[in-house]
Amino acid sequence: MSDARNSILTRLRATRDAHPPTPPASDFAPIEAKQWAAEERLPRIRRLMEAVHTEFLDATKADWPQVLREFLAREGVGSLLYAPGTEAGKQLVEGGERGPIPTLIPYDRPLEDLKPQLFETIEAGLTTTRGAIAETGSLILWPTAEEPRTLSLIPHIHIALLRTDALYDTFLQAMREQGWAQAMPTNALLVSGPSKTADIEQTLAYGVHGPKRLVVLVIHQ
Amino acid sequence: MDGNAPDFAAASRAALADPQLRGNFRRAMDGLMTKRAAQFPDAGEWHGVRALAAAVRLRALSKLPELLETLEENCTRNGITVHWAATTEEANAIALDILHKANAKLVVKGKSMVTEEMHLNAVLEKDGIEVLESDLGEYIVQLDGTMPAHIIMPAIHLNTKQIAHLFKRKIKDAESREDAAYLTDLARRVLRAKFQAADVGMSGVNAAVAETGTLCLIENEGNGRMCTTVPPVHIAFMGLEKVVEKLEDVPPVISLLPRSATGQPITTYVNMISGPRKDGEKDGPREVHLVILDNGRSSIYADPELRDTLRCIRCGACMNHCPVYTKVGGHAYEAPYPGPIGKILVPQIEGLEKRGAMPHACTMCNACVEICPVKIPIVEIMGRLRVEAVKPGGAVKDGGAKASRKESMVWSGWAAMNASPTAYRLATMAMSRLGNAAPSSLPMLKEWTNVRTKPRFAGRTLHDLARAKGIPDV
Ligand code: SF4
Repeated sequence: MSDARNSILTRLRATRDAHPPTPPASDFAPIEAKQWAAEERLPRIRRLMEAVHTEFLDATKADWPQVLREFLAREGVGSLLYAPGTEAGKQLVEGGERGPIPTLIPYDRPLEDLKPQLFETIEAGLTTTRGAIAETGSLILWPTAEEPRTLSLIPHIHIALLRTDALYDTFLQAMREQGWAQAMPTNALLVSGPSKTADIEQTLAYGVHGPKRLVVLVIHQ
Repeated sequence: MDGNAPDFAAASRAALADPQLRGNFRRAMDGLMTKRAAQFPDAGEWHGVRALAAAVRLRALSKLPELLETLEENCTRNGITVHWAATTEEANAIALDILHKANAKLVVKGKSMVTEEMHLNAVLEKDGIEVLESDLGEYIVQLDGTMPAHIIMPAIHLNTKQIAHLFKRKIKDAESREDAAYLTDLARRVLRAKFQAADVGMSGVNAAVAETGTLCLIENEGNGRMCTTVPPVHIAFMGLEKVVEKLEDVPPVISLLPRSATGQPITTYVNMISGPRKDGEKDGPREVHLVILDNGRSSIYADPELRDTLRCIRCGACMNHCPVYTKVGGHAYEAPYPGPIGKILVPQIEGLEKRGAMPHACTMCNACVEICPVKIPIVEIMGRLRVEAVKPGGAVKDGGAKASRKESMVWSGWAAMNASPTAYRLATMAMSRLGNAAPSSLPMLKEWTNVRTKPRFAGRTLHDLARAKGIPDV
């Protein structure tokens, strides 16, 4: 179909040059102006995300695996899929002796070999985040080879670790400061709540295709 | 849809006579307008971000051919296969070719307006491929065998009761329960099995970033992520105008789109895809294809005034605020894009012969222009299309198709009358004396008086009255 390509591009170029538009300057100031004091960001993120049914747990760097295990026990969640290659994954396994032990399932093989389990039995998935955004109450997810995309998508409960030293004002600020444009991963995501829909007569319902519950485990620094 | 020209007047009369439909739309649009307004409490912020979003779109259009080339280059570098289609037939052929190579039997689709333009589902079904819409609203519409009534909320014309009946009829083991939570869960169960089994996932694109070769998709349900992550092959479809220059251009668009569309600060997911599964990665499709569709867009682009149509980010806000759309609903337009954006886009894509009525389905109230997040002069374009419809040889496909000798004679007479003071005075005098005697059933008058009361002419003209007050003629 390269014929189509060339004829489309030639046409666009010729007609554009016949009437060259002069776009106004792109002034990003209205977005840059959106700022919150450091201590306001987390409460704001929490408020916005709770408004769409996100749950929050508080923990420290040392005790989060414990807090997580207690949560899973309390909620009767029997299986947790995690990324064994990440720091967090290692810490999760090591923090094992002190709490009730759910079945920990390492995401250590390709999706194809895990699909039936992922869709049918695994209840929860644990991921890290690259921070969160105060303006909209959004987590930044950055799946990698160690921490696959479906970890935060298929299990009914998605648990996300959020460090309080990576809170940004806006999406724009986050992508600038983390230098996204230089190195986009296969998939990057903003996640602002559990899966939801209002397609049936504007009635909000949670858990339509993605996770039914989103739990943010805040690791206070 | 092809073949006979759709009859908007007849379809809207039928819609207007359906109180259930009108109630469903009225309720939904009122809710959406209120929710949108609540997202823009600060007028300064709205004006600032809106100016930026419009500038981003205008800059993209000003460099459109170059950006499409850069996009292709960067996508290719990232491992995405880029295809170009001049027409919907070509795009369908590309899709079929990919599906055949993948030996695909089951396709799951995320929301994509471009594939509606292509009537892709019908093409795939004819080829024996099962295709399932997975956005809940699209799934409902597909089960119902109709088309989306709104670009953001496809099933907005139906209420819970109607959907419960539909599910009961079409889904095995469905209970008859008029409960949105139950119905949603039912769809979840049906569709999760399909995501797991699908050979190919399809999606649209909200913005394609030239700088990084990234496809951005926004959604609330997670079905878009399922379609683009779980099946081994992903095909994304985009209209050629959907490109933006830089990754930084995405935040302004994402900032306004969900707020304008559904009144939420952001969608649940903003999904940015920059390639297929890399070596060592455990999931994601092995192949990602991007189909770039023209389908008349390069003709729209050729005209400097009509070009503004291509700024659209498909938020649907113009529909929610349109007094005509709210009353006749989405289906009366019988088009993939209804409402104000449809009224300017569809006639340009499909031609004025078939779609000449659409630009007339507008009161020119300007409500859409006021809320459009990228400041498209929708009403001006509407006016332009009305002119194009009666002016042969213009910029738009089938221009002049609606030209009528009678109408053009009436307007010439009107112009002549208004250009000559004597003619004007004679005509207005005649109207003030005889106008009220003209029966409302006169041929041309009838079209107006059919649905309106004939206005009463004043006994004396304005000129008379002014003169009586001592205001001199000039
Ligand atoms: S024309 Fe404007 S308001 Fe309508 S869908 Fe497009 S961007 Fe939204």
